[in-house]
Amino acid sequence: MTYTGWIILTAALVGLSCGITGVFLILRKQAMMADAISHTVLLGIVIAFLITSEVSGPYMLIGGIFAGLLTAFLVQWLNSLKVQQDAGLGIVFTTLFAIGVILIATSAGNAHLDIQHALMGEITFIPFNTVTLPIIGDVPQATVLLAAVLIIVVITITLFYKEWKITSFDPALAASIGIPVLLMHYVFMSLVSITTVASFDAVGAIMVVAMLITPAASAYLWTDKLHNMLLLSGAFGVISAITGYYVAAWIDTSISGSMAFMTGIVFFISFIFSPKHGLIVKYV
Amino acid sequence: MAKPIIKIENLSASYRKNTVLHDVNFDVMSGSLTGIVGPNGAGKSTLLKTMLNLHPALAGSVSFFGLPFAKAKKRIGYVPQRGSVDWDFPTDALDVVTMGLYGQIGWLRRPGRLHKEKAYEALEKMGMADYADRQISQLSGGQQQRVFLARALVQHADIYFMDEPLAGVDATTERAIMTILKELKSIGKTVMVVHHDLQTVEDYFDHVLFLNQTVIKHGKTGHIFTKENIAKTYGGNMHWKGEVNQGVVHSFE
Amino acid sequence: MLSILLNSNTQWVLLSTMILGVAAGTIGCMAYWKRQNLMSDALSHSALPGVVIAFLLIQEKNLFILIIGAAISALIGAFLIQWITTSSRISEDSAMGMILSIFYGMGIMLLSIANRSAGGNQSGLDKFIYGQAAAMVKSDVITMLILALLVIFIVFIAFKEWKINLFDPQFAKGIGLSIKGMNILYTSILVTTIVIGIQAVGVILMAAMLVTPAVSARYWTRSFKIMILLSATFGGIAGAVGTFISALGNGWPTGPFIVVVASVVFVVSLLFGKENGILIKHLQFKMHQKTAKLNLQTLTEGLENK
Repeated sequence: MTYTGWIILTAALVGLSCGITGVFLILRKQAMMADAISHTVLLGIVIAFLITSEVSGPYMLIGGIFAGLLTAFLVQWLNSLKVQQDAGLGIVFTTLFAIGVILIATSAGNAHLDIQHALMGEITFIPFNTVTLPIIGDVPQATVLLAAVLIIVVITITLFYKEWKITSFDPALAASIGIPVLLMHYVFMSLVSITTVASFDAVGAIMVVAMLITPAASAYLWTDKLHNMLLLSGAFGVISAITGYYVAAWIDTSISGSMAFMTGIVFFISFIFSPKHGLIVKYV
Repeated sequence: MAKPIIKIENLSASYRKNTVLHDVNFDVMSGSLTGIVGPNGAGKSTLLKTMLNLHPALAGSVSFFGLPFAKAKKRIGYVPQRGSVDWDFPTDALDVVTMGLYGQIGWLRRPGRLHKEKAYEALEKMGMADYADRQISQLSGGQQQRVFLARALVQHADIYFMDEPLAGVDATTERAIMTILKELKSIGKTVMVVHHDLQTVEDYFDHVLFLNQTVIKHGKTGHIFTKENIAKTYGGNMHWKGEVNQGVVHSFE
Repeated sequence: MLSILLNSNTQWVLLSTMILGVAAGTIGCMAYWKRQNLMSDALSHSALPGVVIAFLLIQEKNLFILIIGAAISALIGAFLIQWITTSSRISEDSAMGMILSIFYGMGIMLLSIANRSAGGNQSGLDKFIYGQAAAMVKSDVITMLILALLVIFIVFIAFKEWKINLFDPQFAKGIGLSIKGMNILYTSILVTTIVIGIQAVGVILMAAMLVTPAVSARYWTRSFKIMILLSATFGGIAGAVGTFISALGNGWPTGPFIVVVASVVFVVSLLFGKENGILIKHLQFKMHQKTAKLNLQTLTEGLENK
């Protein structure tokens, strides 16, 4: 496959996994959790790096899941202590992120792990770092990681589709019929974490938030059916990722920034023109 | 004498520093329809939530059929307050009712045609069949409440707890809900309802539980639904409109 | 160590981060009671495109102009969040998440254009993103000081009006305060605090400056006045101590150290605070349980006596 081909495939995978995961973030009213986890995952990656001294997929995933779950757990814990939910979240993620940055600056400073790279992502480097897979041949490492994460996300969501639905819609009922609501919450937070870690290389910490929330929020304006929302959100994610790449190539600028920007355009169009919940139908 | 189906002993619960439930004791017999009444902040919702393990108890014990909640939960149906969920959730009425069956369907299986039919029947029973595929945010408050009740019906529980099912609903819904509640009672189910309207207590419930942080009085409506007990529960300065302002109130009907 | 403190540039920087901490702690209390804790996060991220556009327009790093650009862009972000929340089914936290990440994305797009046009020169703009107080020059410090003092002054001069406005807007309206006017003023000083803070602690960590001291102060008092004073103190301590620690190492970032100091203050407050601190609450719970059991005992004894 060509260089551009790999980049587009990788971008599409980011859009798809983020789009699907994002739907439940919106429906569970945990959009800002994406913001928090996307930052704290940095700490997980740094710790994984400090322990293993290598920047490789599996270790990063484990570190990321660890940091994501730690974040979710701390936020939940502060919430149970009656700290306002968003305040707790703000304190937790800024603290963990700050520790991550300090660790980088003090001990991992000269390694090829720099904050800027992590925060911005650099999809253009992805095709250079390949692994050889049987049958398929040389594949960029990040692409393999993303494909694996996408498969995990899709399987987890389809297998427990009705459980996700009921715990999102009515956790009290779910608990009363014996569904482990809290466990499902942490499983979901793990999904968000691995999606974030896998997308990190391509789009970076903050833009992954755009990919997680915005396509899902756009889809929420188009449909009243959950499975349609999942499909649409995935599609919006892919569209934003691919058009973002071309816009960036066209005006020669940051690819991840431009992908985030394109999710914004998709949302703006939905916000104004959606036939179900758009501004225009509301006022006509 | 019949054994009580629900047994509450010395139950206490608190929110932050305030004790909201204090040493609550009562037994409920099978096949009764009980209204839980009391002023705002008397701990009515908290009582239900504490009984269902949705709120931590400070002390005391709760048993259903002589078992702890965890072992009896498949036989218990709970209808939370309508405001407790987000009605903008992307789903339709039939789907919400089907959720009541998720416990029976079990893990890794999808709801089948049979489940959908059951759910549809329950909607039909609540007079909501025409709205089966309506997005839930497009239902009126009363219709939403009926969907919630239909969802409880499909659970085929033996005990039902309902938190203010009649709050803010239209007259048709109120009638439909009460018909179903009486029907549940007639087939031997046990129902406990948090209720806010004192005037209808005598018509609707055969048992009443006066609650104000603790049980003020509990028993057959005919015996204990008296002015004294109401005054005791509501702190004495509230007059029961049913007698004092009878004319005024009834002119609305 | 002492030599660091004697360095005059460090003294200036220390002073400015301390004043910034005080201003942020003060405003943070108001944000806390308005339940807008994460709004500061959204606003600081949405400031980025404004900073870069201002730079592209004037082609130099003049702090005052950059702050104006940041403020305009943050205000647009605030307006969009408000608009999306009120006119669609999207909830506020989703709207904030979207706006902060999209604006940040736009900022990054513009930044890479700016870096290119500045001839590969990083132009010092990334300092704005990650925060590097040590890189501030004296004129920056003076700009910051003036604005931070202005913010603090505005809060304290109209202290009781703010209080009424926060706790009982209807009453405030009744006695002739303009709620709209107060809200505009609030948003302006919030945005001012955020944009001057970005230089010191960075876009990403600015939220901590507003949220953490306020929540910590909540654990020590029930009085609004004392809460504001405490929060301002905590903010000031975090600013000064954090800056001092970061000056100990070579190239250590200021922002993260300030944030970690603020978090340590929070953890201490959470554990030992006299209002709802974990220790106190645990003792209270035990006491409740005891009384509940005691009541049970007297009850059963009473029954036995019958």
